[in-house]
Formats: sequence, C-alpha cells, structure tokens
Amino acid sequence: MRQSAFSALLALITGITLAFLAIPIVALFTEVPLRDVPGLLRTSAVQDALAVTLRTNLIANALILGFGTPTAWFIARRRFRGRALVVTLVELPLVLPPAVAGIGLLAAVGTGGLFGSTLRDAGIELPFTEAAVVLAVAFVASPFYIRQAISAFESVDPNLTDAARTLGAGPGRTFWRIGLPLAASGLLAGWVLAFARGVGEFGATIIFAGNVRGQTQTLTLTIYEQLESSLDVALAIGVLLVVLSGGVLLSYKMLSSWRRSSSTSPSPFARSSSASA
Amino acid sequence: MLRAIAGLRRPDRGRIALGGRAWFDAAAKVDLPPERRSVGLVFQEYALFPHMTVRANVAFGGASDARVRELLDRVRIAHLADERPGGLSGGERQRVALARALARDPQVLLLDEPLSALDAHTRAAVRGELQDVLGALALPTLLVTHDFRDAAALADRIGVIVDGRLRQEGTAAELVAHPADAFVASFTGGNLLPGRADGGVEVALDAGGIVRAAEPASGRVGVAVYPWEVGIALEAPGDGLNGLPGTVHGLAPEGSRVRLRIGEVVVERPAEEIERLGLGAGTTAWATFPPEAVRIVALR
Repeated sequence: MRQSAFSALLALITGITLAFLAIPIVALFTEVPLRDVPGLLRTSAVQDALAVTLRTNLIANALILGFGTPTAWFIARRRFRGRALVVTLVELPLVLPPAVAGIGLLAAVGTGGLFGSTLRDAGIELPFTEAAVVLAVAFVASPFYIRQAISAFESVDPNLTDAARTLGAGPGRTFWRIGLPLAASGLLAGWVLAFARGVGEFGATIIFAGNVRGQTQTLTLTIYEQLESSLDVALAIGVLLVVLSGGVLLSYKMLSSWRRSSSTSPSPFARSSSASA
Repeated sequence: MLRAIAGLRRPDRGRIALGGRAWFDAAAKVDLPPERRSVGLVFQEYALFPHMTVRANVAFGGASDARVRELLDRVRIAHLADERPGGLSGGERQRVALARALARDPQVLLLDEPLSALDAHTRAAVRGELQDVLGALALPTLLVTHDFRDAAALADRIGVIVDGRLRQEGTAAELVAHPADAFVASFTGGNLLPGRADGGVEVALDAGGIVRAAEPASGRVGVAVYPWEVGIALEAPGDGLNGLPGTVHGLAPEGSRVRLRIGEVVVERPAEEIERLGLGAGTTAWATFPPEAVRIVALR
C-alpha cells in the first residue's frame, strides 16, 4: 500500500516538473500562429539582428576554436603545479552571472578600465561595438568548449602520442595527426554547446556592447526590445531559437554517442605496470 | 627503462648512449627528444593508431611505400594492409607494431613485454615467430619481460633486475647453472628450500631433512634445485643421492610431461614415468637429486 503511494507521488512530482519545463516551450509555438513566423522573421529588425548574430558568432567561434584548442591540449597533456587553478579559471565563466561578465569586460577594456586608456591611445574603442559582442560571446562560451576539449584530449591514450614521438613525429605533428583526430568527436560535441551558448548570450552583450541595432543587437537582444512593440516578432525569434537549440541538443547527443563508440582508452593517465619499463 | 631509452621519460642521473653518441647525459645536460633518437619501440599493448589502417600505421614514421610493403611481407600481414587495428587479433596487432617500429630503420629495437598481451595459446606460437624475426634482424634489441621462458627463448643474454637493481647478467644457461641469489633461482623456475649450513656440505632444511650439496656453505642459505633435475623414487634413495619424502599433490600435465609436487618440492617428469610409478595424489614418494644439482644461494 505504501509502495504504490510513493510511486504515485513520484509520478506526480515528475509530471509537474516536466510540465514546468515543457510549457514555456510549447507556449511559444501556440501563442504565435506558426505560418506567420517566416514573415515575422523577415522584418528588418530581425534581419539586422540575424546578420549581427551570425557575424559576431562566426568570429567568436573561430576565436574560441583557434585559441581554445591549443590551450585545451596544453592543459590536458601536462601535469603542472597550479593545474587545478588553471582549470578552475577556464571554467569560471560557466558559473559567472552573464551580467557580471559584461561588467568585468567593461572594467577591463572600457574607457575607465584596466586597459582602457592604452586602447584609447591606440585609437581602439571597444565597448558598444560589434567587436564587443564578439568578445562577450567568446568570453561566456569558451569554457563550454575548452572544458570538453580538455576532457576529449585527456582521453586520448598517452601511449599513442608516445608511439608517435618514437616514430619521429615532433610534438606538433603528434598533435595534428594523432591528438586532434582522435579527440575530434569530443571537440565537436563541446563546440556545439559553445555555439549554442554564444548565440543565446544576452547579459554580457547588453552591458558591454549595448543594444545598437545593426551593430550590436543580436537575436536575443531583439527579443528584449520587441517585447513592448511587437510581441509576435519576439515570439517568432523565440521559435527560431528553440528550433536551433533543439538542433544543437540533437547534434550533441549524436556526437557523444559517436565519441563513446570510438574512444581509444578508458584510463587517461594510467601508465602500464611494467616494473622496469 | 625502455621509456627512458626512447626518450619518453627522463632519468634523474646517468647516461644513455648508442655507439658513442649520447642521447641522454644528466651531467652534460643532454636530452634528445624521442623523435631525434633512433629507436623502434613496441609497446606492451601495441599502441596502434586506431584511426589509421595497418599500412598507414607502418608508414607513419615516413617509410616509403616499398619499405612498408617489404615490412608487411616480412611479418606476414600484407593481406591485412587495409584493415584497421580494431579488427585484428592480438598476434596480428603485435606484428603490425613490430613492422611499424622497424619502419624507420632504428638502431635499437625495444620490446616491452611483447608476449604478455597474448593469451596462453597464442603465446607459444608467437614466441616462435618472434624468435625467427629477431634472429633474422641482427639488430640490437632490448626486451623486457616477466616470464623467464620468453627471455630464455628470445634473448642471447639476460639481465635480472629487481627493484631497479641488476641482480645477475648472463645467458639463460648460466643463470640456471649458477643463480646469484634466491630471486634469480626462483625466477628461473627453481625450487627454493630454505635451511642452514654449518660450513660443511650438508644443509639442514627448515622443513626437515638434510641435503648434501657439492660445495660447502655456511649460515642461512637456500637450496635451489630445478624441477627437471629432480627424480622420483618410491622409497628412500641410496648412492649418495639426496632424497626428500613427501605427499604427492598438485599434478598438472604439460604436454608430454607432468608437473607435480612432492611435499614442498616441484618436480617435472615425463608423463609415462608418472604412470609407470603409479603416482597419484596422496601417495608418498621421494624427490631425489644428486649433490651436483644443488645450487646454494644466500638467504636474508
């Protein structure tokens, strides 16, 4: 008797939780007539925002991959003093409130900030520019990639990179021909998450880059602006982004299962136990 | 040690040199990275690149197509050239690892427990093949193993290292004829019977009984005798032979021979002899051996 009462309670709570999570998503699709969505998305505000979002995210993601990959490789393959601290630093933007990230960026390169005067003398003014959006997106999205990349690189069997070295490959060639290909699915899975996070960035962008249409107004910022004037446009953007998010989640799951099926070793830093080798 | 020679691990002190050219010298601050040394290292688990075919694995070090083909033929896996390592058996993977290690014409070949990743049934066959390949190569080779039989079959000289110290070096026959200490004696497959000697040729065993050795000894010693040099008798032997009585147990057939224990002593005899004597578990018998078969090693 008590068994089934508990199970019933569990089911009820689960139902409430799932409803709570599902209803906002479902409401998006019901509150705006779906056939109007393409038209709503063609309004100039949305088109401008799409262009800004695409441009800034493309550059930001290129930066994330370009800088994040070597960093992750370096951290993953070495043990050094302070390593835990470095990893924590890389993960920090994950838990930092986006608004705080925005303020931090302002404090760093804003006119009154740490590097503000140096930049101004060089003629560079970063806040409230498209470059600022790129920086904001890169800052909040990079830990999603780097963290996963570190894990992917760590799971490449060190014996394989050792073998490559004994076969004449220097550290660079070893990274390129062994490390990168073997970690590829993990890297991709991490990047997919970083991409989604970047596209969805709001707080850091609005504080650091402002809300200038055509320059710094991304899709999410447009939602905010259109709330008062045209709720339908805001809803339409919401639908677009939900579809994008769904695609991201699906890709991530597929990549993760591909990764599991092609992993090279279960134990990243366990050396073989030969006593005299 | 193999990793240090390959340049994958840096020793604290010492010198590693090949033919006068120093690869590592702690004092002179020389430490060549692995890619600048000339070693072929076959890893214990082979470390084949899973995302490349066999051919690509062997060619990774930069060998020409002709050389790759030649190596694949030599280790007899040419028919697997386009397979991925994941689909190969243990013995086949080992051959790929060997071919790959040889592709750069290394000056020294390093084999890290080359047979330990194989199941017992494949091991013997692969051991024989490896013997042939190594013999034909005439390349300085260092092989690390925990199995004396592998070492005896594959190596010209054997060095026994325990806790980082070299205990004895010599041919397999030398190690068996004159084991330097208790470890070498038991590692090479010998029985080790602890006892005490008083300066004469007689050793009083801890487990009871007296053994006559060929040479005098004193203090705490171990008597080492090898299972294949021990005979079996159904009653106490005479003629100056040593005899240790005991209960027969632990019979294990090994091909045409049988390994069994008489008390504490491991004995190995032809199967038909065991049958002829009518030995079975629980019967009483004597393990017999001449004083010449006794090696004395110091015991701590």
